[in-house]
Amino acid sequence: MLSFLRAIGAGFFAFLGATGRLFLFALASLARVLRPPYYLRATLRQVIEIGYFSLPVVGLTALFTGMVLALQSYVGFARFNAESSVATVVVLSMTRELGPVIGGLMVAGRVGAAIAAEIGTMRVTDQIDALSTLSTDPLRYLVLPRLLAGLLTLPFLVLVADVLGVFGGFLVGTYKLGFNPAAYLEQTHQYLEAKDVVLGLVKASVFGFIVTLTGCYQGYHSRGGAQGVGQATTYAVVSASVLILLSDYFLTQAFFTR
Amino acid sequence: MNRDAVAKISVRGLKKSFDRKTVLTGLDIDCAVGESLVIIGGSGTGKSVLVKCILGLLRPEAGSIRIDGVETVGVSAGARERLMHKMGMLFQGGALFDSLKVWENVAFGLTAGRSVEREAAREIALAKLAAVGLGREVGELFPAELSGGMQKRVALARAIAAEPEMIFFDEPTTGLDPIMADVINNLIQKCVRELGATAVSITHDLVSARKIADRIAMLHKGLIIWEGPTAEIDRSGNPFVDQFVNGRAEGPIEMEIRAL
Ligand SMILES: Nc1ncnc2c1ncn2[C@@H]1O[C@H](COP(=O)(O)OP(=O)(O)OP(=O)(O)O)[C@@H](O)[C@H]1O
Ligand SMILES: [Mg+2]
Repeated sequence: MLSFLRAIGAGFFAFLGATGRLFLFALASLARVLRPPYYLRATLRQVIEIGYFSLPVVGLTALFTGMVLALQSYVGFARFNAESSVATVVVLSMTRELGPVIGGLMVAGRVGAAIAAEIGTMRVTDQIDALSTLSTDPLRYLVLPRLLAGLLTLPFLVLVADVLGVFGGFLVGTYKLGFNPAAYLEQTHQYLEAKDVVLGLVKASVFGFIVTLTGCYQGYHSRGGAQGVGQATTYAVVSASVLILLSDYFLTQAFFTR
Repeated sequence: MNRDAVAKISVRGLKKSFDRKTVLTGLDIDCAVGESLVIIGGSGTGKSVLVKCILGLLRPEAGSIRIDGVETVGVSAGARERLMHKMGMLFQGGALFDSLKVWENVAFGLTAGRSVEREAAREIALAKLAAVGLGREVGELFPAELSGGMQKRVALARAIAAEPEMIFFDEPTTGLDPIMADVINNLIQKCVRELGATAVSITHDLVSARKIADRIAMLHKGLIIWEGPTAEIDRSGNPFVDQFVNGRAEGPIEMEIRAL
């Protein structure tokens, strides 16, 4: 019994320690924004890498999510004659919840892993040390551009996801479920508020930060060759996904329940 | 000559260990201004670790490292960055940035670290590449497209591109053919003689050591067990040094191996 408690305690403190270190790492990196030099070329490269090249995978998953959502809610609502709410359900779920979360998770798998692998390889092959000897701060040159790119591009990515998700719902609604296109669009509009979209995009920004932060952190602290880099990549994706879902709950509670 | 008064680098009582493994056990060494010091020693004795400590890339547990008479262990990040402006390093594995072209690698310290214009930095980089025997066309390739020896030479060009006061070479001639090794030796000599740089090199290549060193020091079991002018290496009277110089498997340095 005692050893059981001890294990839980140790796990808890390990979690606290890890969170604390992640937080300090984020703080140290973001503090670099206050003073030049800035690496605009590196930042732009990350914006393209994270924002532009994630469009296909995020767009495709969002489209299908919207389609499934329309189907499922139609089946469910038909049981108490509320089919007309399908459009509203699709648009609210997409903008408030599924757009940001699906976007965040897909980017965690695509970008978070790539960041961890790249920075991890740089760590184990002395490239990060080489940066320092060339008078370049690794946090400023490697980490800050990725954090900023995650923070700034995810909202745009998720906006696209929102639109495609709603479009997917529209396709299924009109072609398969027999809604009148004009009526479907009308209902999509009816209960949607600007707040739903904007707060969803704020979530996206937080998720983008989480993904790039865990990727950079795990890569930066990786050690021990190819195996260490592989491990860093796994940890980056897992911790980003968990943190996204955790923070999603708290953000939802803060934004939408009042 | 009073060494302490002019020492560019002065290390005292340096200790460094990893987890359970102790690597440096209170090491002392000095390097005078404009001197070329070569560190020799068996594989895994901590030569690279010593150099990384001097550069501030690893933090020692104890000891003092003075550069130009100023303590550098535990200085602030800003002071460390200013110190780095004085130093260049050739890493044992090259450590080239594989997302950048060869010339961008060589120019990196100039463009990112010292904000030189890209075009000007490019010309300097191509000149440095020529000095290590690599043509302009190599500048447009990526590091992964080069052979091991070519990567080493690019890394060397990168280390000296900004003409630092202190240059550290970790095995500069390993993996090069004898002729290219001699070209690199000449280049290192040139850096020291013409630019007045202070050089600390690590090598297993005694031909190279004899050529570039003003002074040689031998690292064994975490300490400098012998040091002296290059000419004295053959009459050091130290059995460890003799064994190393003559490359004998039998002697006081026991390799931790078992016969098959
Ligand atoms: N980052 C590290 N983590 C753990 N141990 C390390 C680390 N770096 C070096 N070591 C250990 O320190 C010892 C000295 O390593 P170092 O790289 O300095 O050897 P070396 O003298 O340069 O050898 P070589 O001539 O083979 O390059 C080795 O036994 C190595 O296992
Ligand atoms: Mg070494």
